[in-house]
Amino acid sequence: MATILFDGVAYGMLLFVLACGLAVTLGLMNFVNLAHGAFAMAGGYVTVLLMDRAGWPFLACLPMAFIVAAAIGLLLERTLYRHMYRRAHLDQVLFSIGLVFMAVAITDYLLGSSQRNIRLPDWLQGRREILGVNVGIYRSFLIVLCGALAVGLQAGLMRTRFGSRLRAAVDDARVARGLGIPVGLVFAATFAVGSGLAGLGGALGVELLGLDPYFPLKFMIYFLIVVTVGGTSGIMGPFLASMLLGIADVAGKYYLSTALGGFVIYVVLIVVLVLRPHGLFARVR
Amino acid sequence: MSAAQGLARRARWRAAEIVFWLLAFGALLLPPGKHLLLNEVAILALFALSLDLILGYAGIISLGHAAFFGTGAYAAGLLCKLVTPDPLAGLVAAIAAGALVGLLTSFLVLRGSDLTRLMVTLGVALVLHETANALPQWTGGADGLQGMAVGPLLGLFDFDLYGRTAYAYSLATLFVLFLLARQIVNAPFGLSLMAIRRNTLRASALGVPVNRRLIAVYTLSAAYAGAAGALLAQTTAYVSLEVLEFQRSADVLLALIIGGAGWLYGGLAGAIVFKILQDTLSSSAPQFWMFWMGLFLVVLALVGRERLSRGIGGTMRGLLARARR
Repeated sequence: MATILFDGVAYGMLLFVLACGLAVTLGLMNFVNLAHGAFAMAGGYVTVLLMDRAGWPFLACLPMAFIVAAAIGLLLERTLYRHMYRRAHLDQVLFSIGLVFMAVAITDYLLGSSQRNIRLPDWLQGRREILGVNVGIYRSFLIVLCGALAVGLQAGLMRTRFGSRLRAAVDDARVARGLGIPVGLVFAATFAVGSGLAGLGGALGVELLGLDPYFPLKFMIYFLIVVTVGGTSGIMGPFLASMLLGIADVAGKYYLSTALGGFVIYVVLIVVLVLRPHGLFARVR
Repeated sequence: MSAAQGLARRARWRAAEIVFWLLAFGALLLPPGKHLLLNEVAILALFALSLDLILGYAGIISLGHAAFFGTGAYAAGLLCKLVTPDPLAGLVAAIAAGALVGLLTSFLVLRGSDLTRLMVTLGVALVLHETANALPQWTGGADGLQGMAVGPLLGLFDFDLYGRTAYAYSLATLFVLFLLARQIVNAPFGLSLMAIRRNTLRASALGVPVNRRLIAVYTLSAAYAGAAGALLAQTTAYVSLEVLEFQRSADVLLALIIGGAGWLYGGLAGAIVFKILQDTLSSSAPQFWMFWMGLFLVVLALVGRERLSRGIGGTMRGLLARARR
């Protein structure tokens, strides 16, 4: 029981890091970006390739995963995404699905369609008994790292100058621009950080989620759930939502069957959205 | 001009439409070889037509339209296996099943923004996918529903290997349902849907019962999608979990967008282009097809759908005008 809870929390933390970039673009900037998983996949493949071909240690790959995904994100934001911010949702959906398809096809073509794995360093493998609970070491590592990131992000959004500029730009871009805030730059930087975090999440998630070219499509719904259920009031909503989703997914798959576990999550999603269309933890507007 | 005259004018048959349908039925006389592909085109066209009813006319974005397609496919498949091999009975059952699921889930898309609707439709399709996966004793699970022995059409025409009967069956179904859809969207009902899409608040202020109209059109669209699913199940004598997958919802959305949403021929034209492109591109490598489809979507979204469809429409009109001269 406690082990399942623990695994669920670790899984939820991972989902949060993967999805928190989307929480900003979709939740705050109201841009339907279905291609978010593609950045995570980029981070994952950077890690796999660096470890396999260049022999880099796992920990050194993580910053690279962040940097590469952030760079791709920045490039795409400056060239393509920024033209799409004000378009209708249907256009944004088509645009980002198109990006996903291209990412899947390119990855499949270059790297093959097989499932990729990494070999974690020895000190991260295995399980240990702590306070009577059987915990995986890698999962504890995930919880610590992702928890620290979550705290850092919340502080960054709420306490720093950049955070307040971002919130201002999101609330009312025109007024923010009038006050001299470089809205375009703020959005670009935010997008890059969000993509980078997705890349980092992808790198961390290779061990738990697996990695193949269809990763962005497979996990798209999970990221969307985190954001839509979490609501748009900041980072804490998505954080709680990813905890809930992680625990529910792990517990559902453990207590019920694998198929029914997914079933439960989607039913909960529909019920939440029908009862509270703006998410569980939304502020009242 | 009175309102009745205006409506009659919208509903008038144009020469190009008649030519289109004559060509479609004329393709039956082609030598065997292409009818299997044509059959797939007709099925996708019907599916896209059904999405057009809610997306193009009522403005409901759906990322889970495969839910109804799959429901129809499984309904037709199960009826064929368990009750009667008659294809028309299966078609009716699939339409009923699609309509029922559509009616039940229509209440979920009434509320909320585009994003909520996206998520809810996606969620419904996923729930059905998981359900079908979790009931292998009924649906065959991941192996698919096998052992369908579809009876001859009207008791006379067997489904042959070359797909001519299949194409005739799918095309006739498409034609009948198209005529019905044409009547519906040109009636005041269709106009009120367009009013809702343009401005929901104003439509309700004008006295349009918005929720009832949306429920009605969502149910209708689901019934159409169910029919398309039945056609696929019966003409291939096989139903797999693929009928409920996200890819199918994305494909039909893409086909409709290619042809242009908001007019009935959009889904039909889009289905033709989509299937021919898919057939040519994926024969070399499946990734190829996916890449070009993705690139097309990105360019389309960046350029803007309206500008593109106006461009194509303008060219077509120019060609027609020149041909007439």
